[in-house]
Amino acid sequence: MHGLPGVDKVGVEARAAALSTRSIKTTSKAAAIDLAIRMVDLTTLEGADTTGKVRALAAKALRPDPADPSCPPVAAVCVYPAMVPAVAEVLRGSGVHLASVATAFPSGQAPLEVKLADTRDAVAAGADEIDMVISRGAFLSGDYRHVYDEIVAVKEACGPAHLKVILETGELGTYDNVRRASWLAMWAGADFIKTSTGKVPVAATLPVTLVMLEAVRDFRAQTGRQVGVKPAGGIRTTKDAIKYLVTVAETAGDDWLSPDWFRFGASSLLNDLLMQRTKLTTGHYAGPDYFTLD
Amino acid sequence: MSFLDYAPAPESRSVVTIESSYGLFIDGEFGPGKATFKTINPADEQTLAEVALAGSEDVDRAVAAARRAFPAWSGLPGAERAKYLFRIARIIQERSRELAVLESLDNGKPIKESRDVDLPLVAAHFFYYAGWADKLEYAGFGPAPRPLGVAGQVIPWNFPLLMLAWKIAPALATGNTVVLKPAETTPLSALFFADVCRQAELPAGVVNIVTGAGDTGRYLVEHPDVNKVAFTGSTDVGRQIARAVAGTGKRLTLELGGKAANIVFDDAAIDQAVEGIVNGIFFNQGHVCCAGSRLLVQESIAEELLDSLKRRMATLRVGDPLDKNTDVGAINSAAQLARITELTEAGDAEGAERWSPPCELPGQGFWFAPTIFTGVTQAHRIAREEIFGPVLSVLTFRTPAEAIEKANNTPYGLSAGIWSEKGSRILAVADKLRAGVVWANTFNKFDPTSPFGGFKESGYGREGGRHGLEAYLV
Repeated sequence: MHGLPGVDKVGVEARAAALSTRSIKTTSKAAAIDLAIRMVDLTTLEGADTTGKVRALAAKALRPDPADPSCPPVAAVCVYPAMVPAVAEVLRGSGVHLASVATAFPSGQAPLEVKLADTRDAVAAGADEIDMVISRGAFLSGDYRHVYDEIVAVKEACGPAHLKVILETGELGTYDNVRRASWLAMWAGADFIKTSTGKVPVAATLPVTLVMLEAVRDFRAQTGRQVGVKPAGGIRTTKDAIKYLVTVAETAGDDWLSPDWFRFGASSLLNDLLMQRTKLTTGHYAGPDYFTLD
Repeated sequence: MSFLDYAPAPESRSVVTIESSYGLFIDGEFGPGKATFKTINPADEQTLAEVALAGSEDVDRAVAAARRAFPAWSGLPGAERAKYLFRIARIIQERSRELAVLESLDNGKPIKESRDVDLPLVAAHFFYYAGWADKLEYAGFGPAPRPLGVAGQVIPWNFPLLMLAWKIAPALATGNTVVLKPAETTPLSALFFADVCRQAELPAGVVNIVTGAGDTGRYLVEHPDVNKVAFTGSTDVGRQIARAVAGTGKRLTLELGGKAANIVFDDAAIDQAVEGIVNGIFFNQGHVCCAGSRLLVQESIAEELLDSLKRRMATLRVGDPLDKNTDVGAINSAAQLARITELTEAGDAEGAERWSPPCELPGQGFWFAPTIFTGVTQAHRIAREEIFGPVLSVLTFRTPAEAIEKANNTPYGLSAGIWSEKGSRILAVADKLRAGVVWANTFNKFDPTSPFGGFKESGYGREGGRHGLEAYLV
């Protein structure tokens, strides 16, 4: 873990800033917006979530823009395990994935048996993607073995479901730690590595995502296995989403520019994408009331 | 690259007005020279404008105008001179979009560089030296430092406006007057600057711009009424100037060529080092005197680093300088392209291995694909001579001592780079590198507060910072 090359903070932030200056216009912008919509994990993770709320969200996932049938569906709906059955009903057969956070999300501070039971329940209820959190406490105290073993166990509990491992990069403190946690998760069997829960003050940032993209790129070069990346939290605008797509393309490459390998964990992002999409097709902005709030 | 076949995103050329012809700027007025020459856009070889060629009588008039302006200008309180410099800096900021487009058209550099690097630094230089104008007594050059008189300044084509700022800002702040000759392939931003001086109501004769080629430069440098010569350019021309100035009592600063070593140790942050290598050699098409043109990489990581570097180079976008997504623009002139071609052919002939990413070059204009040579040894010409293009020579080393030895084994000594996550190593190595600027975990970073200049054949004197004042004061 400590044999991985270091990450220079100034350098990685400068690179992210440089990638942010790419000017994506006209046809490229239209392609980017549709791709970003297809990459959204439409998310609600509130204590106040109800079956009514998540059903509405699932309906939106299927048809994000009721006024425009050419608008593609999103990649997945992401909810708490208790909400999985309600969402499963709506999504069944649609091709839109059903992701559930598990393993004592968001803190991860629970015994392993509880985490595994949480995971199995969600899968049994119909989730085909599990977003787990790592034990940041164990990671920060240097007990990498503990973190690794937990991921291996959760991966096993997932069965056929895809496992996304949330590193909670806002709590890891350094880019070196982000790189180490990324490799640890990939070695342990993660199908995706994800930045954040969205429940701590610092969520996804472009430099953090850049470091994770370098990790999946180098991991595939070394092992032949491709792992996906999911930034989550704080990405709210089309402009931001395009910066991430540029970073994906110019860091990991074309192979990652698909919902199978890159996702946005977001909620309000979708409406901004829809608004920009409408602007590009019609030439003018529609007001926010022309897009559904769910 | 799917959606990353980024649709064209061109900056509008119409933001700047280019006249069909330009005169010499002498004594606050534009006037004809003895002949004219054309300046072209290196990206499409189309003529941009016709520019006056200054003969010896024109240079005489310019120096005389600067001499006439000198007593009043140097007699102004520093705070008053500062007002003009602050005004110039603000006008440059306000008109930076025009200037950026003009610079990219005349020079061939990508708009993202002229917009995000050149122009902000140009304004910063004027702001910085404006701040010194009323504090010269406290700069450490004696209690009452005095200006020298008329400064004759000759600048290169790689950073036309930035080099102008490096020369003119300290000269004016210290109370000197100026006759400046821009490079013959890139005169337009200097002529635009003349208009900025008029807009700032700078007194006539304080800044004079004479355009032309080598002869015009020689008239200026050899003019008996010039007190100070400042030159940035090739080592060959620098030598001629040093010879011409020797024994005349003129003060001289020279900023010449370089063949900088960019040293990557095995404990470097590899991804950021790759960015630094790319920035070091492909920034401004490698037309940078302090470019990191020799990559010294520790043998134990050479393969991994070169794989990363090649993958990164494959994402460089070469093409229209005015497209906001262009990373590498046009080579400035046919002559420079010929020089790059000649040296790279020597690299092939001497047995180094050439690699370029697949990239389509435009049919018109002067272009050279980003290139690296591996298997280069110290004996190869491409390891010793300045190529001044987007061409990197890669050498390996085994120990820090060997890296230092190889880095210093060059007639030049302008800059160097060190890449390591180990602070003690950076300090130890930096101490032993004979180069004017040593960058650690970064490259090609400039700031007006930081002195810049070379060892050995890279020239003498310092520009920038407090040190930059010294060249213009007695």
